[in-house]
Amino acid sequence: MKSDRPKQNFKKIHASGRMKEIMEAHFRELDEAARTKKQKVAWCTSVGPAELLKGMGFQVFYPENHGAMLGATRMATDLIPLANAIGYSPDICSYLTADIGSYLKGESPISKAYPGIDGPPRPDVLVFNTNQCRDVQDWFNFYGREFKVPVIGIQTHRGVGEVTRAHIDSIADQLKAMVPKLEEVSGKKLDMEEFKRVVGLSRQCTDLWKEVLEIAAHKPSPLTFFDGTVQMGPAVVMRGEQRAVDYYKLLLAELKQRIEEGVAAVDGEKYRIYWEGMPIWGKLRELSTQFAELQACVLASTYCSSWVFPALDADEPFESMARAYIELFIVRDEDYKEEYFARQIRHYGIDGMIFHDAKTCPNNSNDRYGMVERISRRFDMPTLVIHGDLNDLRCYSEEQARTNIEAYIEQLAEKRGQ
Amino acid sequence: MTAEAVYGGVDIGASATKVALVGGGRKIVASDVRKTGVSFEASAAEAMGAALASAGLRLEGLRRVVATGYGRHNVHFAHATRTEIACHARAAHFHFPRRITVVDVGGQDNKIIHVNAQGRRESFKMNRKCAAGTGAFLEEVAQRMDVPLERIDELARQASHTVHMGSYCTVFTKTEILAHMRAGEKVPEIVAGLIESVVKRIVEMDPLAGEVVLTGGVVAHSPMLAEMLGRMVRRPVHILPDAQLAGAFGAALLAAETE
Repeated sequence: MKSDRPKQNFKKIHASGRMKEIMEAHFRELDEAARTKKQKVAWCTSVGPAELLKGMGFQVFYPENHGAMLGATRMATDLIPLANAIGYSPDICSYLTADIGSYLKGESPISKAYPGIDGPPRPDVLVFNTNQCRDVQDWFNFYGREFKVPVIGIQTHRGVGEVTRAHIDSIADQLKAMVPKLEEVSGKKLDMEEFKRVVGLSRQCTDLWKEVLEIAAHKPSPLTFFDGTVQMGPAVVMRGEQRAVDYYKLLLAELKQRIEEGVAAVDGEKYRIYWEGMPIWGKLRELSTQFAELQACVLASTYCSSWVFPALDADEPFESMARAYIELFIVRDEDYKEEYFARQIRHYGIDGMIFHDAKTCPNNSNDRYGMVERISRRFDMPTLVIHGDLNDLRCYSEEQARTNIEAYIEQLAEKRGQ
Repeated sequence: MTAEAVYGGVDIGASATKVALVGGGRKIVASDVRKTGVSFEASAAEAMGAALASAGLRLEGLRRVVATGYGRHNVHFAHATRTEIACHARAAHFHFPRRITVVDVGGQDNKIIHVNAQGRRESFKMNRKCAAGTGAFLEEVAQRMDVPLERIDELARQASHTVHMGSYCTVFTKTEILAHMRAGEKVPEIVAGLIESVVKRIVEMDPLAGEVVLTGGVVAHSPMLAEMLGRMVRRPVHILPDAQLAGAFGAALLAAETE
């Protein structure tokens, strides 16, 4: 078969070497803390009160990050049925089912990646925020029963339109109410200065991560969504730490260099695509290759932007954390979400938008209430829905997705008269 | 045999492999349809060989070949590939050059493609992963009832009423049929219900606009589906001539038009 498309030369992000080092250090420190008991370990949901936990001296482990690792290493699909068998439905969060399956089988990508570590560190406390979904609470309660450790959490409002004082007070009060319980586990009083320092570092990290993502607005983009799903690691698990701040300075410098040198993430970038919804972790490579071959750069996403918290303020740690964690896209109402997409589409110069309907993640599947059609009409922009899942590849038809994507890019080309 | 340029279209679908050779006036000069075997390459070569033989041509005599369908990337003699969506849209708009909605009921998936008056695709949708409402659904359920697929249309026309199916899952429908049989319903009425079930799946996929043009192997063998769909959506529903060859014909047209 003949092809007139330029052969894609996938470009390595050199900073990634440093990221691997700090990610390994993160997991080794967690492992040491759990083994030696020198430091208490808290498990925390991805957008849970990590700053408070770090400020109180906990080592923090993120089960959702472990879930994504299970997906990316394609271990998840084999482990999910183990959780299904003990009553965790195949229709609920596949991070949860993959992670519980991993626990039941005693297999973890952490031990494969970092020899000497057996797996996730044993927790002393489990701390959730339902801003992601209700499933995190049930997920953590499972481990609370297994490890016989306290489970404490924040119940976040959903379908939030305008963020009001009442919303912020509600979350801030719940954060403050956690402190005595956490002090009991840690055996130390909250040091407000240390807490503020961590919030300040988290803000620096989030500002830099935002800058990294927004650099994709450049034409051609020096960064893809698929790069972003890897590069977000430190923003997720090391926010509040100096090394995450240092890492994003390094990454940002490299991406700016790419722009100066005219280096595009996708050679001959023709189409600029927005990805809405969860990544399909086990298929990132295949999808990234297919889009690149079609000269389509998937360059922005809601998902990677979910770790941007501009409200964080070291001078008001409780209130600003409360605001940051309720301003999140995921807890907002449909009108807010539509306006958010409108801003993203304009900012990044988007030609097309792909919605991933993740079978087990309704909160991150924004195609289910007419949004796709509204966006399509408003922007006269072709849209596409891919049915799949974040982790459970049994819910994903690769052939059908490939054909859908190819036909979608054909449609974008036709629209341009190519 | 003719000296004019001839273009080839190869459509390797989940169930059948189709080849259309198109000559002057964009008419089909030869074609072939056969079951897609375990080797896409072999199916393509055999179907193309048969079509070429009936046209008295050799592969080198074709000006250009475009492949489509699930196996499109396995047709090594093709010059280019296009998706089934592009090919069905092109074929349908060739015969109905106006604003249309193309509905392809295929072996494993259904597609709804909105095409504007100029032939440009405005949007498309494929069914979800589940093959409910596709040829595979009819094939499986017909087999359960010992009804050959070719007789479905004839049987459904004998029905005094339609047995409505409540489920859209193939497996659940098979169980549901057992209940209807126990209740004394006869085969024609149940078969009519199966066709109606396919029509319902189409209607819930996407709004149908303008005239509707049906393509694919299922409607080629079951014109009643078009009649039922027409009654349900209250708009003209056409079956594309050589409906099963739509993908291959569209591919051949695109081969000619994208030289």
